[in-house]
Amino acid sequence: MTIHEFLAPPAEAMHRRGPRDVIVMSSRVRLARNLAGVPFPGSAKKPARLQALQVLRPAVEALPAMADAFSVAMDELSPLDKQILVERHLISREHAARGPGSGLVVNRSETLCVMINEEDHLRMQSILPGLQLRETWATLDAVDTQLERRLDYAFSDQFGYLTACPTNLGTGIRVSAMLHLPGLVLDEQINPIIQSVNKLGLAVRGLYGEGTEALGNVFQVSNQMTLGEAEPAILERLEKVVAQIIEHEENARARLLEKKAKMLFNHIGRAFGILANAHSISSKETMNLLSLMRLGVDLELFEPAARAVADELFLTTQPGHLQQQHSEKLSTEDRDYLRADMLRERLLAVSRPKPRA
Amino acid sequence: MLCTICKEKEATVHLTQIEGEKMHKLDLCEDCAKQKGVDDPAGFSLADLLMGLGVSQEMERASGGSDLRCPTCGHTQADFKKTGRFGCSECYTVFSEGLEALLRTMHKDVRHAGKAPAARLQLRQRQQNLLRLQAELAKAISEENFELAARLRDDIKQLQALPTPAVPQP
Repeated sequence: MTIHEFLAPPAEAMHRRGPRDVIVMSSRVRLARNLAGVPFPGSAKKPARLQALQVLRPAVEALPAMADAFSVAMDELSPLDKQILVERHLISREHAARGPGSGLVVNRSETLCVMINEEDHLRMQSILPGLQLRETWATLDAVDTQLERRLDYAFSDQFGYLTACPTNLGTGIRVSAMLHLPGLVLDEQINPIIQSVNKLGLAVRGLYGEGTEALGNVFQVSNQMTLGEAEPAILERLEKVVAQIIEHEENARARLLEKKAKMLFNHIGRAFGILANAHSISSKETMNLLSLMRLGVDLELFEPAARAVADELFLTTQPGHLQQQHSEKLSTEDRDYLRADMLRERLLAVSRPKPRA
Repeated sequence: MLCTICKEKEATVHLTQIEGEKMHKLDLCEDCAKQKGVDDPAGFSLADLLMGLGVSQEMERASGGSDLRCPTCGHTQADFKKTGRFGCSECYTVFSEGLEALLRTMHKDVRHAGKAPAARLQLRQRQQNLLRLQAELAKAISEENFELAARLRDDIKQLQALPTPAVPQP
């Protein structure tokens, strides 16, 4: 089976629903684990990486949660396959750059995903739609406990789980929520919010994690510190902050509707106008405009069915997914034309946004 | 836009550094820029600001002056300084000098709190029990309480005879 046959179709993948999913797109917990006394992937030569992969891959595949999983060595994947996995948030960009000696195991429902020989021997993540941080941790905690029976983890009483980068030391945990915050961006409140979140020791990143832009007004909030604080405390702190950000976003939307409705409707109307009528459009512009369309759906300017269209297009207009729908190799320019064609066609079925009376 | 460091003054110095495929951006006010030596681009490291103030000095200290090399993976202090990554789990012991000071700049504490592999916990608890019994045995002998000493000796033997909890080998 290829990765394309395995992954849920974009429409299905984007329709996974969860609590508070108007603002919280997904919840994620990641754990970093390594084998004791075995060189970390970054410093291991190819034979050592292959050897570690041979120990790690069967252990991961044997997990009950990984029945019917998709398991692959990274060098068996084409650059396009990897790009699609990045766009689906199943692997990091760093992992996409890896070849022989690295691997990937994804469970059937795409909620559990283990990268083998990324920066650490194991980078496992549990991903659920909406706000479900506790559930993602519970799932991953159980998986980790099963794995430690088969694998000799690098662990020290003082420093906890040992990781390649000392910034992940201790619990090796990164808890994150992916948030759609167009209200705070339009209301120009996003920067002070990011700054106060940073002051609490949490990081705010873009759509694809570290060092990426907040395309489509999507922000990832995650813990920064991993040593000296137990997992439940880290989780709780993030939960509290996310609850506050949700409240701020809701307030920003209410305030915009009340005080700056013209500006708000203007942005949403223009976004739809461009999406539905452009003949060439970049991926970045598309994401930013689809974000406004999604806001329009949240504010009931569109019929409810428009949400599914916007969500699906958010994924299918990204470069990898767009290329996948065409057999010939597309240039950036080709993609911009085809993206615009697809948007015009799909948005024919959506009526123009109508502000409520 | 406010300065990334002091978060008070208006940022007038804007920096972009590209490392591999990653781009880091910084916006600083004039005072902070001077303080961080940004007017001398050669002597300035973005790692300072991205990882918390003073990190690169700590890294330098952590990576010491000697040419220590990890016997397990061959990682050197220069490698750590260059990449900010350790080569294997043993490096944490080999390069332990100055490590705590570095960790203090990144984390809440320098002692792990939270989950630990269960087999290891079991082992640790058993070692603690053993140490306690051995201390009690020494005390019993010094007090010439041989009845208690015999019982303790049997307990210790029993504890030592238990199979080692399965810490799996790769």
